[in-house]
Order: sequence, then C-alpha cells, then structure tokens
Amino acid sequence: MLQVKNLHASINDKDILKGINLDIKAGEVHAIMGPNGSGKSTLSAVIAGKEEYEVTEGSVILNGEDLDELAPEERAHKGIFLSFQYPVEIPGVTVTNFIKTAINETRKATGQEELPAKDMLKLIREKADLLEIDRKFLSRSLNEGFSGGEKKRNEIFQMAMLEPKLAILDETDSGLDIDALKVVANGVNKLKSDDNAVLVITHYQRLLDYIIPDFVHVLYNGKIVKSGGKELALELEEKGYDWLK
Amino acid sequence: MDLKEKLVSSFLAFENKGGLDLDSKAHSIRRQAIQNFEQKGFPSKKDEEWKYTSLRPLLKHDFSLFPSNEKAVEFKNIKQYLINDIESYTLIFIDGVFSSFLSSTTHDDCDVCVLSSALTRPKYKMIVDNYFNTIAKNNNSLAELNTAFTSEGAFINIPKNTIVEKPIQIVHFSTGSEKEILLQPRNLVVVGENSHVQIIERHQNLSKNTTFTNSVTEIFLHKRAIVDFYKIQNDTVNSSLIDSTFISQKTQSVASVNTFSFGGNITRNNLEFYQEGEHINSNLNGISILNGKKHVDNHTLVNHKHPNCESHELYKGIYAEKSTGVFNGKVKVQQAAQKTNAFQQNNNILINDGATINAKPQLEIFADDVKCSHGCTIGQLDESALFYMQSRGIPKEEAKALLLFAFANDVVEKIKIPQLKSRITKLIAKNLGVNLGFEL
Repeated sequence: MLQVKNLHASINDKDILKGINLDIKAGEVHAIMGPNGSGKSTLSAVIAGKEEYEVTEGSVILNGEDLDELAPEERAHKGIFLSFQYPVEIPGVTVTNFIKTAINETRKATGQEELPAKDMLKLIREKADLLEIDRKFLSRSLNEGFSGGEKKRNEIFQMAMLEPKLAILDETDSGLDIDALKVVANGVNKLKSDDNAVLVITHYQRLLDYIIPDFVHVLYNGKIVKSGGKELALELEEKGYDWLK
Repeated sequence: MDLKEKLVSSFLAFENKGGLDLDSKAHSIRRQAIQNFEQKGFPSKKDEEWKYTSLRPLLKHDFSLFPSNEKAVEFKNIKQYLINDIESYTLIFIDGVFSSFLSSTTHDDCDVCVLSSALTRPKYKMIVDNYFNTIAKNNNSLAELNTAFTSEGAFINIPKNTIVEKPIQIVHFSTGSEKEILLQPRNLVVVGENSHVQIIERHQNLSKNTTFTNSVTEIFLHKRAIVDFYKIQNDTVNSSLIDSTFISQKTQSVASVNTFSFGGNITRNNLEFYQEGEHINSNLNGISILNGKKHVDNHTLVNHKHPNCESHELYKGIYAEKSTGVFNGKVKVQQAAQKTNAFQQNNNILINDGATINAKPQLEIFADDVKCSHGCTIGQLDESALFYMQSRGIPKEEAKALLLFAFANDVVEKIKIPQLKSRITKLIAKNLGVNLGFEL
C-alpha cells in the first residue's frame, strides 16, 4: 500500500530524514519508535505532505502513485490520514461542521456527490457512539478548550469518519491517561480491516499493548536502524535506545 | 478656492436657501459651529488623532454642497441594500434629501421621522434644544462642520417604557446626480427610560461618481434603555465616509454599536461613549475585512466617569492586498469610576505583505479599584492550522477562508437580529471569496 523509498527530507537546509525505507501492506500495523529528535514526526509530516519540508531524495508511493507533487489535501483525498500530536484549535467552527466540510471536500475531489445531510448525521452519530463521544461534544468549537484526551479522541473520530486507507497516528498516546488510551486504541482496532493500514508513531511501548503492531521499526538520527516484530518494542522498553546507537 | 474656504463661504447661502428656523437655538449652534470649523479647518496628519488617516486626496475634490439635480430612484434600485426579510421602519435619503415615497416612518408609539421636521416643528423644539449637539462638540472639526450644515437626517424619539418591535433602517444613497458630492447627514436618537430600539445604518453610492459623507449621530439613553446599533459599511471604492457617533448613557442603560466595514475608499469611524450614571454597559464591536487600497480607521473612546460600570470592546481586522487599517481604542477611567470593568481586544490578520495595520490601545486609568484589560495582536494565518485542515482534505484556499471566518465569528455572534446576522455572514463570505456549505 505505502512504500517509502530512500526518503531524504530537510527543513531550512537541515537534513532530518536520511534515507528511510518502509513497505506497508494492506491489513498491517507498523510502529515506528525512536528517541526525541530522531525524525519520527518529520516522517509523518512528510508523508502527509507538509510544505515546509523539502524532499531532497527518494519517494513516497501510495498504491503505485508517487505522492511527490501532491498537496496535503490531495493526499488526504487519496486516503492518507494524519492524526496530530497537537491538534489545532479552530474557534468558531464546530466539530460537526468541520467534519462535514472535510467529508464533502473529499467526496467532491473523488467525483462523488455530497453526502445528504440525513446520511451525514447518521454517520456522525454512529462513529461518535463507536468512540464513546458525547453528542454535545460535536457542537463545540473544534478542539477549543478540549482536554488532551478529548483532542485525541476527536482525531480518531475524524479518522473514523474519513475512513482512510493509511492512518498515521503521531504520538497519539501522549497526554492520555490509561482510560482514554484504551478508548482511543479500541477505536483504532475497530476501524482496522484487511483493506487499510496503520502506522503508529510513538515514543513509548505503552500504546502498543493496545494496538498490536505486526512490525516495529526503530528510527534513529533520520534512519531506520532496526526492524522486527512486536517483541522489539518490549526490548526497547527494557533496554532503552542506547544499545542501538 | 479650497474646500474649507468653499464650505465657509457657502454658509450664508445655506442660511438663505430657506427651510431653516434662523431664530432657533439650533441655528445659533450652527453659527458657532461654522466659526469653530473655520478656526480649526480639516485635520491633517500632524494631528495625533489623524496620524494614520490622510484626508488630503479627498479634500482636493470640488464637491457639490447642495445638490441641484434630482435623480429618480425606484425601490427596485435600492432593494438589495435593505434587509427585506424583516418588518422594519425605514428612513431613506437620496442625495441627502429624505424620500417619503421610499420610507416607512411612524409617529404612533414613538417618532421615527426626519430631523428637518424636528428642527422646525414646535412639538419637537424642546427635545432638539435639550439634546442637539450636546455631546457632538468634542474638539472634532468634522463634527463641527456637520453641525454647521445640519439640516437633514434621522430623528428617532422613543418615549419611556417602549419596546420598538421593528428595527429601524437608516440608509443614505447617493445617485451620482452630481459629479462629486458632499453629504452631511445628522441623526438624533433619544431613547426614554426602559425603552429598547434596534437601528441599522448604511451609506450606499449607487453610481461611479465620488461621494464624501461626513455623518454625525448623537444617541441618548435614559435609565435602563437598551440600544443596539449596527453600521454596515460596504460602499463603492469612490465613496468615503467619516462617521462620528456620540453616545451618552444614563444609569443601567446598555448601548451596543457594531461596525462592519468591508468597503469604501477612506472610512473613518469616531465612536465615543460617555457614561453618565452607574451600572452602565457599553459594547463596541467591529469587523474590518478589506482588500484593494481600502482604508478603515476605527477611533473609539469609552469614558468611564462613574462607579460600577462596564465596557466591552472587540475589534477584528482582516487586511488583504494593499489595504490599511487603523485601530485606536481609548478607554478612560476617571478617578470616581471605581469598580469599573473595562475590556478591550483588537486582533488583526495581515494576508499580504502590502497590507498595513496601525493599532494603538490607549488606557488612561485614574481609579485604583478597577479591572481593565486590553489585548492586541497582529498576525498572519496560522500555517499549522492550515496544514491541519488540509490534511483532512480541505483545500488550502477554503481552509484559509474557513480560518478567517472563524476568526471573525465571535463578532458576528454579537448580532441580535437573525436576518441581519445571516446577511453579514453572506457579506463576509463574499468578501473572503468563499461559498461555505454551512452558516456559522
């Protein structure tokens, strides 16, 4: 589904990613772990198309198509979803209006009719229930005054609504207590299918107790220095990152 | 002959053109005002209050002061500038002349009519003598100029204990009957104890000719009166407006002025609140969304003179292309005004490098037991918010518009007339060049 080939990226002439290779197939869950500053968030931003980063070498390929020239919204229309570590607050735009706009823009871009209001409402309710989201929450301004847990739950709610092919969860566990973590992880697991894939980016092994990865990669200094199965996460938890340097 | 000389020398002709009561107190005020104007002249950029707004290009025009030609205007020509989906009283002025044909006035429970008749009829003499030009005389030479030539405008007199159910729309049209015209409408609004009125005011040029409007409004609120005033400024690029609005409030009254500036060449709003009692609430809200070379200057003053009063001020600005904005918000808290709550906020977004905002919050506090705050920001669109929205499939241009909409939204939320709110929302969407799938 997603192939990252020898990806080099920089920001303000500073090289951050120095040759990343990844191959994620439909139905798989991959985890990327690594210490602070290793390039984890850069990798997710580059896949999602953030313009501040310059791809200097290599490519990101989704279902055979090179994403290089595509704007972030075009990547979203093709099925890439990035759950933000720090979701942005947008006062004055309700969660419902925001997700309606996002869904209908995606439908428009992929040649579909706008979703009728009735169906939209039904879908919103269905997904809100899935993530144990209070209905009142949906008429609040997007992320404004939300707790850390509410913000992350709202991210996964949007993911549920948009039904992406590849979901990238960037530090989704940060700022979550254990109950919120379970709800979020549970939501992700319910959305998981043989047709989509998940890339979990995390600093700690904790989230991986709930979202079980098929593969774990260790990112260090802009390169993947080790890959393995889920047991690699436990090893990292025990030994730290130093032994890999 | 420059414009000042022309105006001063026209005063005699103005007196002689008929229709004025030359023995009235109001006329002695006019005479004093023309002398004051002659002494002060137009403000220049050397005046601190006019540092960022130059009238010079405007004053070069050879304005007609008393239009001689009449141009017929039909309702269909002006319909789009009115809020039509509500019942309202309307006061329509065409090139400074009241059109009874297009207007809908009343004398039933309250007076919604014109100043020209109030100035000459014995019935209203006491009101005019008591209120006219009692708060508009604050060292403002343009207000003096307007006072000197006062002849027409809205006269709204609400007796006590009266809720005026229908909003009042005051709309001044210029038709282009003269190549360059100077209009000086003068409005007087007196609201009695416990009474409530909503007013919508607009100036609209129907032609491509040049219009310069120098408008003055005085509003008096008695005890517990409530006034909601809305100013829609979306005129053509050949139209300039200097609006001076003065508000005097008695105990427990609530006055709100909401200014929506989207168009015009040079727009200057002088908005002054004088609190003459306790437990008064003064609200000032504004949005400016400008492009091209448009210029909007909001100069506000809240004068807290007595204890236990509040003021809430919120002005937002979005400036694109080579537009310029000025915000100068002065809050005075006098020594006697203990327990004052005064809040001021001014937020600005500059879309392009060529756009300018000059923001100047000014707090003068002489009392020691008060809560006063002010915040002023100037920024660009938040790139991380844009990326966030794009990553959810919303194209960049729409994401920008949505963010700007959201930015302006808390001012729109202050509008208490739903039909007006929807109209303003549409105007904002149009000015931002978007078609949103929902109403905020």
